[in-house]
Amino acid sequence: MEEKKISLSNDKFQNLESPFFTSRMDRIVAWSRRNSLWPMTYGTACCGIEIMSVLGPRYDLARFGAEVVRFSPRQSDLMIVAGTITEKMAPIISRVYEQMIEPKYVIAMGACASSGGFYRAYHVLQGVDKVIPVDVYVPGCPPTPEAVIDGVMAIQKMITENRPRPYKDQWKPGAYR
Amino acid sequence: MSSIKQLKQDLNQRFKKEFVFNQICHSHILELETGELTSVLQYLKKYQSFDFLMCVTGVHYPEREKEFEVCYELFSVKKISRLRIKVFVKEEEVIPTAQFIYPTADWFEREIYDMYGLKFKDHPNMKRILTHHQFKGYPLRKDYPADLQQHLSESLEFSMDNEPDGKAPDFKDKDLIPLNIGPSHPATHGTLRIMALMDGEKIYRANVEIGYLHRCFEKMAEVHPYNQVIPYTDRLNYCSSPMNNVGYCKTVEELLDVEIPPKAQAMRIILCELSRIIDHIVCIGAAAFDLGALTGFFQAFTYREKVYTLFEKLCGARLTVSMTRVGGMANEPPKNWFKDILQFCKEMKGGIKDIDTLLTYNKIWMQRNQKVGVIDTEQAISWGYTGPCLRSTGLNLDLRKVEPYYGYESLDFEIPVGTTGDAYDRYLVRLEEMRQSVKIIEQVCKNVPAGDYTIRDKDIVLPEKKEVYGNIEGLMNHFMLVIHGLRPPKGECYSATEAANGELGFYLVSDGGPKPYRLKVRPPCFPIYQSFPHCIQGFLTSDAITLLGSMNIIAGELDR
Repeated sequence: MEEKKISLSNDKFQNLESPFFTSRMDRIVAWSRRNSLWPMTYGTACCGIEIMSVLGPRYDLARFGAEVVRFSPRQSDLMIVAGTITEKMAPIISRVYEQMIEPKYVIAMGACASSGGFYRAYHVLQGVDKVIPVDVYVPGCPPTPEAVIDGVMAIQKMITENRPRPYKDQWKPGAYR
Repeated sequence: MSSIKQLKQDLNQRFKKEFVFNQICHSHILELETGELTSVLQYLKKYQSFDFLMCVTGVHYPEREKEFEVCYELFSVKKISRLRIKVFVKEEEVIPTAQFIYPTADWFEREIYDMYGLKFKDHPNMKRILTHHQFKGYPLRKDYPADLQQHLSESLEFSMDNEPDGKAPDFKDKDLIPLNIGPSHPATHGTLRIMALMDGEKIYRANVEIGYLHRCFEKMAEVHPYNQVIPYTDRLNYCSSPMNNVGYCKTVEELLDVEIPPKAQAMRIILCELSRIIDHIVCIGAAAFDLGALTGFFQAFTYREKVYTLFEKLCGARLTVSMTRVGGMANEPPKNWFKDILQFCKEMKGGIKDIDTLLTYNKIWMQRNQKVGVIDTEQAISWGYTGPCLRSTGLNLDLRKVEPYYGYESLDFEIPVGTTGDAYDRYLVRLEEMRQSVKIIEQVCKNVPAGDYTIRDKDIVLPEKKEVYGNIEGLMNHFMLVIHGLRPPKGECYSATEAANGELGFYLVSDGGPKPYRLKVRPPCFPIYQSFPHCIQGFLTSDAITLLGSMNIIAGELDR
């Protein structure tokens, strides 16, 4: 018992007699969700190459608890839209998004996914938020890996705080085109 | 020059007619009537050894009586010469298809139909290729607004419409299973969609659908000034961005008829070869990743990060560098940059050795790659293959050797060629090309020419910032160039460079204004990928992944 007291430096646990501690359920759930994000990289263009860097040896997103990259929407809860979404791709990305299981989050990585970027063109969707609700927008063309990691951490913060997401709750498919 | 004279004589003799040859900006142009197109193309291919059809382009001139122009860019390996053939048509006129002479014309003609609405007679599959199937109108016509979007409600159904007779095989009769791969499948690393009819585990027939990343590069180029097009070119082949910058700037410079200073040339060579290395790294690394060798990918990517660092030092961007300008480079390289590159070269040699030991004699890698997607030289030429994929079949064609630019002729390097033309040979060719690129970079870095990094023509290049803020003349020149724009003379030009995937050509038409009148890219992937359904027939699904990885299809330049 003496040893345990030393290892728990936090004041809250100082008088801990039993191996239990109390917390709110939603906080425990948020904590576990935050640290086990399974991202699905929807890489279409240049940002897809940069997301390789984010997951690659130097930047290594695994350090931040988003390690298991899944390419199946049914197994993932964070979609990173990396790259331009064209009009031809739009129905497909909304279908893939619908296949993801709640709770689900979306990062729009880069200028194209956020707003169409400098492609103000006849075949480019002007931002992926026209077809699916987006939680975090990461600027850049392409964003640096640091920015993407920051975006993932913003999502984690959102999850921890259980922040309300009215844009997602009130989302109507096809209403924002 | 004499060969063109000879060609003219031969043609006149053969067809008993006086043909019109023009010369604009170093290229020879032959103007034809639509009726004689097929016979002349056949003759040129058979008797004049014009065995490559590099590119088919459409141009729209609304003010002319015959509104449209279709250009065929021919190339002869034997004679190392190029010839452009032009036909002029009205909107409702039908052009005979060149697809039976040059199979590579198939997709190029579909693209012209998609963009301009011109129809090709006897083409088996005259359908939209880049834009979606609900698209109305023809976007590259001058009257189509660049930013008029049209929404798609439902993606295209599974279809097998690429059969020669236009009829899909009846899969219910033959017990075939339809299988759809993509367009968001991880193994396609990009936005490719493959539709296959499976006979058990074997692919009986396949069809591909592209255009999921059609970002309207060519239309965007028509509505932006010359220098603002450079960032768009970055995003064509985003695995090796600087090469596209160089290719585009070289085209504009040829049209302007200026030569860039030796230092800019050296920097461009270094950027090109660095990007060739990182492009091959992605190609080999990702192919290994798809076949399950995750280590290979991480190992290779470490070196890619090192090149990113070099790019960051040079200009601040990692991936999309936009370092070239028309007339030279954007700025002076930082101090010790060349030394850093030499240091990197040393490390890279070790890196290539690592990849070599990891993969080359790896039993799994050999079994998965050998004898997959075999193509012989003749077929490869008819499909319009260039770059490592062509060289793996044994043909030694590299534009750095045969049409040298920027002083490649004075450098000591070799062109690796394969023997069998399978996926394994493509890997070997790429690996050796990386070694040769390192060799080139070392040679250039060791004696970088002194002098300026750009030409100082006030009508082409912006003055330096200290001139702009420091004296009235600099300010005026800056103002004039920004307001008036860079204006190349009227004319047209096709210029090709050897990019990582093959010949990257830019066909540029200028009407004397501040924006390109027409800019067509000849992406190396485009002809290569159209042979995919043909190459994969009879192979396993797992081989489709191998083949796709070895072809190195980059959606950005495929769909533009």
